[in-house]
Amino acid sequence: MSVLTLEGISQEFGGLRALDGVNMVVEEGEIFGIIGPNGAGKTTLFNIITGIYIPSEGDLIFKERRINRMTTHNIARLGIGRTFQNIRLFNKLSVLDNVRVGSHGISRSGFFKSLLGLPSMLREEKEIKSRAEELLELVGLYDKKMEYADNLAYGEQRRLEIARALALKPSLLLLDEPAAGMNSGEKVELMKLIEQIRQEMKLTILLVEHDMSLVMNICERIAVLDYGRKIAEGPPEEIKNDERVIQSYLGVGA
Amino acid sequence: MNGLDAAITQYIDPYYLRIMILLGINIILALGLNLITGVTGQLSMGHAGFMSIGAYTSAILSMQFGFSYLMALLAGAMVAAFFGFLIGIPTLRLEGDYLAMVTIGFAEIIRVFFLNFEPGGKAVGLSGIPQHTNFITVWLIALLIIALNTRLLKSRMGRAFYAIRENEIAAASTGIDTTRLKILAFTVGSFLGGLGGGLYSHYMYYINPQDFGFMKSIELLNMVILGGMGSIPGTILGSFILTLAPEMLRIVAEYRLLFYGALLVILMIFRPNGILGDVRIYDLKKRWGRKEVKTCQS
Repeated sequence: MSVLTLEGISQEFGGLRALDGVNMVVEEGEIFGIIGPNGAGKTTLFNIITGIYIPSEGDLIFKERRINRMTTHNIARLGIGRTFQNIRLFNKLSVLDNVRVGSHGISRSGFFKSLLGLPSMLREEKEIKSRAEELLELVGLYDKKMEYADNLAYGEQRRLEIARALALKPSLLLLDEPAAGMNSGEKVELMKLIEQIRQEMKLTILLVEHDMSLVMNICERIAVLDYGRKIAEGPPEEIKNDERVIQSYLGVGA
Repeated sequence: MNGLDAAITQYIDPYYLRIMILLGINIILALGLNLITGVTGQLSMGHAGFMSIGAYTSAILSMQFGFSYLMALLAGAMVAAFFGFLIGIPTLRLEGDYLAMVTIGFAEIIRVFFLNFEPGGKAVGLSGIPQHTNFITVWLIALLIIALNTRLLKSRMGRAFYAIRENEIAAASTGIDTTRLKILAFTVGSFLGGLGGGLYSHYMYYINPQDFGFMKSIELLNMVILGGMGSIPGTILGSFILTLAPEMLRIVAEYRLLFYGALLVILMIFRPNGILGDVRIYDLKKRWGRKEVKTCQS
């Protein structure tokens, strides 16, 4: 079953056509990679899927539901979690609080309940906290749960973003350059982590990445964007040998 | 309770009593502004506007419509909250400097409105307001507000407010309805502004529109910034310092405002995040704990 379907998505900024009629189908449970040169529209695509931009044309379908006019927070509540290319953590909140905020979309207690401290709210708080701690354990940040987020090292911040996105219990996870700025050891760890969360949480993962070894290793299918157009799609082996992809992105000898 | 108040009035010097009452009112006002500006990160420079709405509404209700003290306070706060809700709506589109401009403009409109408002005594002001506010009522209400505010900020909603301040896009992508929560913060903050205004007018006996001018808004903003944006103990400390400083500085007479300004500059240079802005109880415990270990070893 397809989780996410893009039908003829186009996005214009003034006169610039950042995306031009992109079609894509992401199947349940797969790891789908999007690659392409800088400025090809990869992050724009993520921003459209999460409702930050409204596409100029085309349809966005998540689990048989049209979502292209929905607001960002409502899309998040449907179960689409994401991380950002330029890290967007809540810097002056603790690591634990960052993850706890992550579960906002799936928790209920409103203003008055919070003010009065009703038992149902306290119970929910307990759940949120224990789940946040589990997630921190998973990404290896449990020992730093009381640190401020901006005191973490770069690679740790990337992992914290993943933990925060997972707190939403998403069924689709969007990772925007998760390996950027990581050394090779951290990249191997990251690949293991992505594989593990897909297995354990039955996630579908869509990722944008420049690191070819990572993309080729863990993605089952890859789409290549160039100047807002999709120029190729298929399993890694096929993409590696595609003439147009080599010309526009991978380069000869890759 | 009246007996207790009588005892307090008897044993405490009226001058100090007055400062303590004003401190309690300032804490309530500053906590309201802290929720809007310190916690949610929406720069509001017109908090005195909400204060005046609460002050006038409750004063007029208790003088002319025979409302009981608590009902008048509550009504004043509700009306202020309603206006907070109304001006919260443009905050959907505006940020930072632009929002600051709108809030300054709003507070000025309110001030000019009361300058020409017949039942409010126009520029002469309103006098003869029953003096119901005393030490006990102010501090009971202040403690209640502090307790509720602390609980709110530790809850799911409180974390969401902080998240909006830290990064709005990231907050939305975790499912936070940022627009709704910003309006909520504005409404609750204005409610506290109106409540503080009501307490103020029922203490001062006389109010006039100049009491709630731009300088009052700035003074309240200073309390929040000086103490530490988003921190409840910080805001209380900021209110404490800025309520007491003008009184302490009476010794230097005409140079009072100069010292007041210098104090702000110095504090901002040494503690740019506010005195308690980045201090957490957790860090204090940790530091304290470590010191203990050291003394054991030596």
